[in-house]
Amino acid sequence: MISKNSEVILSVKDLTAEVEGVQILKGMNLEIKAGEIHAIMGPNGSGKSTFSKVLAGHPDYTVTGGEVRFRGQNLLDMEPEDRAKVGVFLAFQYPIEIPGVSNLDFLRVAYNSKRKYQGLEELDAFDFDELVQQKLDVVKMDPAFLSRSVNEGFSGGEKKRNEILQMALLEPYLAILDETDSGLDIDALKIVANGVNHLTTPDNAILMITHYQRLLDYVVPDFVHVMANGRILTSGGKELALELEARGYDWVLEEEVVAAR
Amino acid sequence: MTIQVSTLPEARDAGVQARADRATYLANLLDLRSGLTGLGLPDGAVASLQAIREAAAVRVQELAIPSTREEEWRFTDLSPLLQVSFANINSQATLVAASDIASLPLPEAADSRLVFVNGSYAPHLSSVSGLSSDVFVGSLADAFQQPALQMRITNYLAKQPGGHEVFTSLNTASLTDGAVVWIPRGLVVEQPIQLLFISVGSATPTFNQPRCLVVAEASSRFTLVESYTSLGDGVYFTNPVTEVWLEGNAQVNHTRVQQDSTAAFHIGKTAVSVERNAHYTCQDIQFGASLARHNLEVFQVGEQTEIVLNGLTLLEGTQVGDTHSTIAYSKPYGASRQIHKCIVDDRAHAVFNGKIFVPKAAQLTDAGQLSKNLLLSPKARVDTKPQLEIVADNVKCSHGATVSQLENDEVFYLQSRGIDETNARKLLVYAFAYEVIQEIPVDSLRQQLAALVRSHQC
Repeated sequence: MISKNSEVILSVKDLTAEVEGVQILKGMNLEIKAGEIHAIMGPNGSGKSTFSKVLAGHPDYTVTGGEVRFRGQNLLDMEPEDRAKVGVFLAFQYPIEIPGVSNLDFLRVAYNSKRKYQGLEELDAFDFDELVQQKLDVVKMDPAFLSRSVNEGFSGGEKKRNEILQMALLEPYLAILDETDSGLDIDALKIVANGVNHLTTPDNAILMITHYQRLLDYVVPDFVHVMANGRILTSGGKELALELEARGYDWVLEEEVVAAR
Repeated sequence: MTIQVSTLPEARDAGVQARADRATYLANLLDLRSGLTGLGLPDGAVASLQAIREAAAVRVQELAIPSTREEEWRFTDLSPLLQVSFANINSQATLVAASDIASLPLPEAADSRLVFVNGSYAPHLSSVSGLSSDVFVGSLADAFQQPALQMRITNYLAKQPGGHEVFTSLNTASLTDGAVVWIPRGLVVEQPIQLLFISVGSATPTFNQPRCLVVAEASSRFTLVESYTSLGDGVYFTNPVTEVWLEGNAQVNHTRVQQDSTAAFHIGKTAVSVERNAHYTCQDIQFGASLARHNLEVFQVGEQTEIVLNGLTLLEGTQVGDTHSTIAYSKPYGASRQIHKCIVDDRAHAVFNGKIFVPKAAQLTDAGQLSKNLLLSPKARVDTKPQLEIVADNVKCSHGATVSQLENDEVFYLQSRGIDETNARKLLVYAFAYEVIQEIPVDSLRQQLAALVRSHQC
């Protein structure tokens, strides 16, 4: 789905960020166009998850430099909820449980807050129910999940499927999947991956953050970036992921050290 | 012989004087009690009530309003109460019309409720026509007119352990009328019974002392809702005492909702005795009053009892809300589950003290207690203290306490789904309270309290 003339969805230039005074991102550069699937891989502590949280606007992280433009708009100026409304979606590694709030109500509130922002009429309970029933199939979810409290008592796989269901409803321009493969058995991984594949269009883009190559067997990336020490060291096609799987991360880090000399 | 006192004479004198002032204040509250004449009570009833009252009055005369030097009142300072003089305004019940209280009675208890205004029975606002004639739900004065009940009431009234405590004694010494719920042996009442206590504010601060006697005879089962609320925003002090008796195999589900005016003082006692095989469940909801204290005391007096205490306190502004609970075991094979949650905002102060006594005789007790607290503001304060005294050596007892704030990660998760920060926080506060709210067995009350928590501005 890569096309030279595609719209630039995300443009990150020289982004630096810190948490509690410790610099984590040290000059990130990345451009993602509509229709593309990107994967960021890297060892633990490389700053992958921080990058995803900074893009979505987590309050614990302070941006100290650089810029992030999302479809031409300055993303860093926006509150997290506004980023969601303009089309940034972060699928969480550890989704929060919300007792007492039914999944259906939660999905409807999230969906309608975006509709409202777009100047569209909010959907009532009946219309929304119809919509959500169609989307359930994307992640093969039992309708019984809708009446349960958000993520409460869900297994790891069910939580991740619930994240993809939210993505299906919110139809973001950019979906960031933060370690969505962690803690999933192979069947759950396939369901989640199929859901993601089903949701890709020429108009949106996907950014996967992952430690392992496993997810990339099912959601095949157009670009793979290796991140360490708060920035992208090297980028390539999907074959880079296979090389990382076979050789580990050390050779990339060593090449970086050699280049620095 | 002389006794050396290390305290400086002036300081000692100040302390003595303060104690004397607190004793005088208490004596003045006792003086506000009304007499027993003119209630139409049978002579026998007057005599028994008189005896109960005077025994308590003798105790009151020896006591004083407690200070924070007393362990039981360490975290709750009653000084603001001492700044106010109260009057007893009786017989105002008829001034309140049904239309004034339209939203207060529960629809589920439309014809199974008693209403009291400033502690006095309001028959024109009450209706028990939906209940079986085998059940007695009515005023204490009416109960004394029932030959079958007259003698038995005196076997239960003011007979719970712990009645020597100062505010309970004050209530007992002033006993004139009250609510009686008497469910006979083996009867199951599906419809919830509501006891609604309304305090009406006026220009003069007023004082009232509701009293309830609830008896669940053997193998009976029912749901009780006890509500405290107000009309108007005047200052008042309410000092209710509720005694609940569960005979063998009885099941009582009791929800106590305190939504007094934020100008009010509320010091309440719930004393419960649980006999063999009986199940007592309590939802203790505390949202109102400027200064509130609830002593919830459950006495296990038979084997194989089951006790469940669910508590929820929500405070804001400068409210003080104190819950002191006790579960006193005395027999083997008892089980209890207690969860108490406090949500504290602004400069409010919540106190939870949870005692569990397991003496030698109470072998194979299984008691669990959890205190969870959510602070919504840097100035909010909570004092929580589990207090387990275990002598028996073959028991399972656990306790835990947590104090937390709303986590950034939680708020952020909701924001990342397009929900603004204010609504995200509201939703998370509701989610914290839900574990207790969901246990309320009456739909309209559960929904009403859920909406109240959900609308809390934080």
